[in-house]
Amino acid sequence: MTYSDPIISVDKLTKKFGSFTAVNAISFQVMKGEIFGFLGANGAGKTTAMKILIGISRPTSGTATVAGYDIYKQTEQIKKSIGYMSQRFSLYNDLTIKENIEFFGGIYGLTSRQIREKSDALVEKLGLQDKFNRPISDLPLGWKQKLAFSVALLHDPKIIFLDEPTGGVDPVTRRMFWNMIYEAAYRGVTIFVTTHYMDEAEYCNRVSMMVDGKIEALDSPARLKEKFGVNSMNDVFVRLARNQDKAKVQ
Amino acid sequence: MLVSAALWDINLNKMQMEIRIESISKSFGDVRALVDVTFDVNAGELFGLIGPDGGGKTTLFRILTTLMLPDSGNAVVAGYPISDYQAIRRSVGYMPGRFSLYPDLTVEENLKFFASIFGTTVEKNYELIRDIYVQIEPFRDRRAGALSGGMKQKLALCCALIHRPKVLFLDEPTTGVDPVSRKEFWEMLDRLRQDGMAILVSTAYMDEASLCDRVALIHQGKILTTDTPANITVTFGRPLYAIRTSNVYEVTRDIESYAYARTIYPFGEHLHYTDKREKPDPIELEDFLRGKGHHDIELTAIEPTIEDAFMELAETHSQILTQ
Repeated sequence: MTYSDPIISVDKLTKKFGSFTAVNAISFQVMKGEIFGFLGANGAGKTTAMKILIGISRPTSGTATVAGYDIYKQTEQIKKSIGYMSQRFSLYNDLTIKENIEFFGGIYGLTSRQIREKSDALVEKLGLQDKFNRPISDLPLGWKQKLAFSVALLHDPKIIFLDEPTGGVDPVTRRMFWNMIYEAAYRGVTIFVTTHYMDEAEYCNRVSMMVDGKIEALDSPARLKEKFGVNSMNDVFVRLARNQDKAKVQ
Repeated sequence: MLVSAALWDINLNKMQMEIRIESISKSFGDVRALVDVTFDVNAGELFGLIGPDGGGKTTLFRILTTLMLPDSGNAVVAGYPISDYQAIRRSVGYMPGRFSLYPDLTVEENLKFFASIFGTTVEKNYELIRDIYVQIEPFRDRRAGALSGGMKQKLALCCALIHRPKVLFLDEPTTGVDPVSRKEFWEMLDRLRQDGMAILVSTAYMDEASLCDRVALIHQGKILTTDTPANITVTFGRPLYAIRTSNVYEVTRDIESYAYARTIYPFGEHLHYTDKREKPDPIELEDFLRGKGHHDIELTAIEPTIEDAFMELAETHSQILTQ
C-alpha cells in the first residue's frame, strides 16, 4: 500500500512560551490512511504540537493544515473533522455507556436517529449489550479505552488523534486495541498516535522522533532501524535521545 | 563450630527475607482487589510485581507500607508484622505512583524535610543518594512543582532513600516515562540492590521484567506465577512462531480463519502465532497464507518473551474463572 495524499501538512511550526521554544520549526506530512507514530521523550514538545494540530492552541509561527483546514482560521472545522482520545481524558465515568454515546454524538451534531444506529452497532461490535446502562466506571480500563476509541470515531472523522491510548492496559487488550486501530486505518481513517511502548512504534507505517522541540528523524520503522544500525525501535529512540544529551554536555 | 554455623544459617535466613506475604486478600465492595497473594522478597533482591492497571498492585503496596489493612492474611516487612506500623514506617522507603512531594518546597527543602522526619540528616546518608542527587543538584533551589517529570521522579527516589531504608517500595516509577529515562531509572535500581536493599517495584511494562531478579505476574488481583524471568518464559510450553509481513491487518484476519490457529497477536514488527496442535506445520501455514495472496511471509520459530507468558497465563486464568 502506498500513501500519496497528504491529510496533515505542517511547515516550520513553532510554539514559544516566553523564552522557551517548546516546538521548534517542525515540518512534516501525514498521508491519508496512514498510521503515523508521533514519538519523543517526556517534555520533547509532542503534546504542545498535538494541541496545535487539533485546534486548541495557536502556534507562534509557521503554518499547518489538518484535513484541508487552516490551523489559524478554521479550528472549528478541524474539530469537526477529527476524533481525539487520550489516556487521561476519554469518557465520563459517572455517565452510562448509553449516556456517553448520546452526549458525544450530540456534541458532534449527530441526529438522534444517527446516534441510535451508531450506538446499536457499536455496542454489538464490542459485546457490551448487558452493560449498556451501567456507568463507565464499572468497566475495566482496557474496555473503557476500546469504547473511548469507538466513541471518538462516532462522527466518522477523517483523522483520529490518540495520545498514549494504551498506557497501563493489559497486553491482550492492548493488542485488541491495536486491531481496532488497524481496522480503522484499513477503512481509510488516518491515525496520529503517541506511545511510550516502542513495540507499538513498530505497528506504525511511519514514525517521527521528536527531541527538544525538533523532529530529528522521520521514516518507516524498518528504515529507521537500518539507518541507525540497530534491531529495535527502542534502540533507535535511545540513540537519538542520548546523542542529544551528549551534544548538550559538550 | 557446627552449632554456631547452624545459628548463623538461621540468622542469615531471618535476615534475608525482608518481605514475606502470606495469603493476603482485600476486597472493596464486590471488587476483589487481591485474592490470596503469597510471595516473598529477599535482601539484595530486585523483585518486580508485573501486571496491568487494575491488577491490584497499588493495593498490595498500600497494605505492605501499613496504609491499609488486609481483610485476611499476614505479612512481615523488614522483620515486623504489618500491625507494627510505627516500626515498619521507620524501616521502609515508599515512592507512590502519584507524585507526592511538596510542590511549594524546593528540591533541597524537600530532601531536608524528609531527612528530618526520619530523624536523620542529608549529610549522614548522602553516599546512598549521591549518584541520583547530583543529576538534580543544579536545580536544588527550584520548587519541586516546577521540575520536569524525570526530575520529579529522581527527587522522589532520593526522598524515599534518605533514611537508608531496609526495604524500598516503588509503585510504577516508570509509568508514562520515555524509554531513555526508564533505562536510567533501572540502572539506578541495579546499583541500590548491590547495597543489600530489598526492592519491590511494580510496573505495567512487561519488558522491564527481564531487569528483575525475580518477578510475580499479577492479574485481576491474583498472582499468576512467581519465578525468575528466565524460568517464566520456559513455562510457556508450546511452539511459538514469529511472522513477518508488510500487511499485518489482512494477514491477522486471514490467520483467524485458519483451522488450526490458536492465537495471533501483533508483537512489534512481527505477529506471534500459536497453533492448536502440539506439532504445528509451518509449511502448511505458509502455503495457506500464499493461497490467500500473501507472498512476503517470513515464518520463524522463536523463544517466548515474558509478555507472551503473561498473556498465556492470564488467558488460562480467565478460562478457569469462567468454567
